[in-house]
Amino acid sequence: MAKLKINGKSFSFDGDETMPLLWYLRDFAGFKGAKFGCGAALCGACTVHVDGAAVRSCVRPVGSVDGAEITTIEGLSDGENLHPVQQAWIDEDVAQCGYCQAGQIMAVVELLSRMPNPSDADIDANLTNICRCGTYTRLRKAVHRAAAAMRENGGARQTGGAA
Amino acid sequence: MNAPFTTSRRDLFRYGAAAGALIVAAPLAACSRRPRDEAIADEPAGPFVGTTGPFVIIRPDNSVTIAFPNPEMGQGVDTSLPMLVAEELDVDFEKVDTVQMPLELAANPEGGFRWKYVGQGSGGSTSVSGHWESLRQAGALARHLILAAAAEKWSVPIAELATTKGVVTHAGSGQSATYGELAADAAGIAAPETPPPLKNAADFTLIGSPQKMKNARAIVTGKAVYGIDAELPNMLHAVMARCPYFDGTARSVDDSAARAVPGVVDVVKVRRPALDGDYDVQAEGYAVVAENIWAAMKGREALNIDWDHGPYADESSESFRAHCAELLTGTGQIVRNDGDFDAAVANAAAVYEATYWEPYVSHSPLEPQNCLADVREDGVDIYAPTQMPGGANRMVAGVLGREDRLNIKVQPTRIGGGFGRRLTNDYVGEAALVSQAVGRPVKLVWTRDDDLRHDFYRPAGMHHLKAAFDADGKLIGWTHRLASASKYYRRANVPEADYWQAELYPDDFPSRLVDNYRIEYFSAKSGAPRGSWRAPAHTANAFVVQSFLDEIAHQRGENPLALRLRLLGEPQELTYEQHGGPVFNPGRLAGVLRLAAEKGGYGETLAAGDGVRRGRGIAGHFTFGGYVAEVVDVEIDANGNLRVPRVVAAVDIGTVVNPNGVAAQVESGVNDGLSTALRLAINVEGGRVTNGNFDTYELMKIADAPPVVETHIIDNGEPPAGMGEMSLPPLTPALANAIFNATGQRIRDLPIADQLTTA
Repeated sequence: MAKLKINGKSFSFDGDETMPLLWYLRDFAGFKGAKFGCGAALCGACTVHVDGAAVRSCVRPVGSVDGAEITTIEGLSDGENLHPVQQAWIDEDVAQCGYCQAGQIMAVVELLSRMPNPSDADIDANLTNICRCGTYTRLRKAVHRAAAAMRENGGARQTGGAA
Repeated sequence: MNAPFTTSRRDLFRYGAAAGALIVAAPLAACSRRPRDEAIADEPAGPFVGTTGPFVIIRPDNSVTIAFPNPEMGQGVDTSLPMLVAEELDVDFEKVDTVQMPLELAANPEGGFRWKYVGQGSGGSTSVSGHWESLRQAGALARHLILAAAAEKWSVPIAELATTKGVVTHAGSGQSATYGELAADAAGIAAPETPPPLKNAADFTLIGSPQKMKNARAIVTGKAVYGIDAELPNMLHAVMARCPYFDGTARSVDDSAARAVPGVVDVVKVRRPALDGDYDVQAEGYAVVAENIWAAMKGREALNIDWDHGPYADESSESFRAHCAELLTGTGQIVRNDGDFDAAVANAAAVYEATYWEPYVSHSPLEPQNCLADVREDGVDIYAPTQMPGGANRMVAGVLGREDRLNIKVQPTRIGGGFGRRLTNDYVGEAALVSQAVGRPVKLVWTRDDDLRHDFYRPAGMHHLKAAFDADGKLIGWTHRLASASKYYRRANVPEADYWQAELYPDDFPSRLVDNYRIEYFSAKSGAPRGSWRAPAHTANAFVVQSFLDEIAHQRGENPLALRLRLLGEPQELTYEQHGGPVFNPGRLAGVLRLAAEKGGYGETLAAGDGVRRGRGIAGHFTFGGYVAEVVDVEIDANGNLRVPRVVAAVDIGTVVNPNGVAAQVESGVNDGLSTALRLAINVEGGRVTNGNFDTYELMKIADAPPVVETHIIDNGEPPAGMGEMSLPPLTPALANAIFNATGQRIRDLPIADQLTTA
């Protein structure tokens, strides 16, 4: 039986532990913000945080994250207060269809936690999530905007899920 | 947990009036532009004769919801269409909620079905242009009813009333009330006999002002509901193994191991489509139905199917290209023939020609195809990311053999990318058949592999162009010969003699601007399914025409922009009978070319240095009523690696509703065009597609995306065109022309892939 803490709440699962975390999150735990795009860790639409690390949940067996703390897009904001990366996405009006954006945001939150002031080259080297609509131009601006906001607020906020 | 679409959302529309809310829609005028794209013609026929419909809901608490009739797939109709309503209604748009309207059909008295309110398909960039009148009328009607209620309540003439952001005031008596306070009374006011007058454009306060996308917060918090998120009680999950070979079928199927997978409930065969008519489903398949999707996926892995390789077993990308080249050695179907092209060539002082190749490409929306279907004896509910909810309804009626289309409810969800793929509702047909077979609601989900191998691809083809100039430098002859696999194949009522209509547009530039003009089509055979891919044939034709002009200009020693401008000439209204007409004005195309050139610094010499070759290219095109020109900058390093630091676009789509949305769609088309030109091609081998995921179909990532995309808008007050597709066609030729400018290398084959020379 796998025990997980997702967005601050405890869950246990006694089903098929080879099931990718993505499907457990979506169809068992009820967090549908992480999306299915490729099933092969190629697009990043399924990105969530496992103990703070950005993970492509479509290839991570749920049994392998036993005991882990998981944060999904639903757990990123502090109640009604959006995470600075979410706020930057709204301020720059990044999303079009929006399907990839939960994964993009989770990837960027993790990037900024280890690289508070990324250059364009850093962004290019570290962000490999696919956006089929082509929101990359605004997405890049939003990363810089979020990074600036987080630096002003005294460092990257940790993501441990909503209280 | 996200709430799935529930019946309460529909009930809100249907019964909201009883809850003291005012629910209003449009008195329907004829649409300002009737969509003519084949994608739209695919929808139910019949006059638009609705009376009122649920577009505006004003509740007693003064909250306002505006429904958008067309599916939202990222093109911004969840914002732009409600803006049309809100402009006339006069409410604070920031406080307005917007929601996706369910499909609303009505029965014609004489039989058949029609739209109950307005057309509801998203395709051909027609949402804004198609609803330009009707949705503003909906807002004007709602405001009129509110005003009439206030006039009655206060016993004052309606003409003495004024509104400001959802509040009615009467200056004479000093009375005021919110729309919400008047909503219940307004619901009892009889509609006026004639539609209330609409504002003059000069009085617009919302239309033309940049508005942020309405559903941004739902998206960044993970609350937006896509098709793949839909749920119903007692629902099963399904994935399907489809025949990978074009039109193939199973020789044998052993599903015993699949049925033994824990959680698997059933394996259901879905028959293949008719081979001599319209597609419904695309391929024969076996759906594994299970309690959860992972069990269904494991069950699919356990299927043991021996597929026959089908009638196209010998087709490959190479064989198809050779087939097109062979066709071009002959004489094709002449589909426009002005003057005498052969005589022009015989009399020419200079003749130029070139041949170009475009591969099959896939739509690859990031949300794979999916559909939740609940097929019951007493009716059907469909929840799907579909661009054509009317087509989804008709698909279900067809595959199930049910005549009462009003009993097939379709709720379009937010769509995780469309690009034309979801004009075709094959996945909806599959889900309906599987739900019928198991007698429970079924959510069918495609994997990425399914999506890449079972797309309706943008047609591949080979283009041969030839142009003749006289001794004075006048263009006297032009021909465009195309051998391609048309997307108009396998359609009932479309003979092969009409296949060209989807691939060559006879009124496109430079038609009518050159005396001797001939276009010629060769219908190539291929088993690959074809369909509409964002800006359909314009992507191919803009690439070849705008590249060829650049080639000619360089060979003549003429500035490529100057050549275009002198060919376009003075503004004039030319008849344009294809989708996007009725008029093509070459002066407007010249206008965007001039603006893009000015803003993008076209013609400036770019210094090479640090081993980097720099170039700048330009192209412009008229797509579906809109004019867009782009200037693309490239940097190519010594190893042949390409970078695009900047793209500058100039746009003339007439009246602009949401400039922020226009800019977003320019950025989208630029990135889509670049992504496709860089690396994308569907590869066929042995009668099947070999691309199976994003490692073999490499969509562009942020590292290759232009950091700067500028949008410059010419708003000339003309009726609005759309913006979902227009920015894509000019990108590829402007890119290829920039590469030539940087390196002297001409790109005639797509994708660019590793063609670029090292220095």
